[in-house]
Amino acid sequence: MPAVKRYWDDVKEGEALPEMRVEGLTRTDFVRYAGASGDFNPIHHDQTFAEASGNPTVFAMGMLNAGILSRVVTRFVGRPAVRRYRVRFATRAWPGDDVISTGKVTRKFEEDGEARIEGELHAVNQKGETLISGSFVAALPRRP
Amino acid sequence: MHVERGKIREFARAIKDDDPLYFDEEYAKREAGGIMPPITFLQTMTHWDDGGGRVRPPMDLKRALHGEQEFELLRPIHAGDVLTARMRVADIYEKPGKRGGTMTFVVLDTEFTNQRGERVARARQVGIETGQVVKD
Repeated sequence: MPAVKRYWDDVKEGEALPEMRVEGLTRTDFVRYAGASGDFNPIHHDQTFAEASGNPTVFAMGMLNAGILSRVVTRFVGRPAVRRYRVRFATRAWPGDDVISTGKVTRKFEEDGEARIEGELHAVNQKGETLISGSFVAALPRRP
Repeated sequence: MHVERGKIREFARAIKDDDPLYFDEEYAKREAGGIMPPITFLQTMTHWDDGGGRVRPPMDLKRALHGEQEFELLRPIHAGDVLTARMRVADIYEKPGKRGGTMTFVVLDTEFTNQRGERVARARQVGIETGQVVKD
């Protein structure tokens, strides 16, 4: 895979970031993220605890969904370009749910001596319900 | 917190990200000066304790929700860096819940510095403790 080479000059306000789709989250995904992140809140992997908390079953960590959503940004600008990443959690993702991530460039501007773009982000499930709404700022090189 | 290459790989896999920047040392060196962690990797710090202790907000896990999360990335972070995090409770406030009860909001701010004393990132987390167990 070639590295992202995207120039600030070529990005347009309103431009859509390519959609990314993760289909059918599994309990194993939650456990793998628990191990990777250290988030062992049992509500995400322990059925008994989840039921005692009034839930039908375990559900995804918000930060797992946020990590999945972050790929939309890094695929578009490259990881080193990211200056800010912000997420607000709405509804929860359950086993079997899809995570469909989209984004859009909303603004081009200069800040701290860099040419930057700002954009909005959304992760929804297969029913179109919002899992996360978010935003990002990234710095891009100018066309030489 | 040691930013470990193996932990970066494990984390990238967990968020289903196959960017070679997280896996391929040669590629990463060429493109970014070395392997970098995914953006949200810094969150793992919240769950780590190197023995120096960490802030543990007194929240009931059965009623706790992650409301918002923000990362500001000020300087590059690479595998091999040693980060120090300073977390503080920035704010605690209450709001009436939509379905009765009181919701308590806890705002945690974290500053990350590297082994050279440079500030590399800031994080802000908003946690919510609901008045009763969470139902969508």
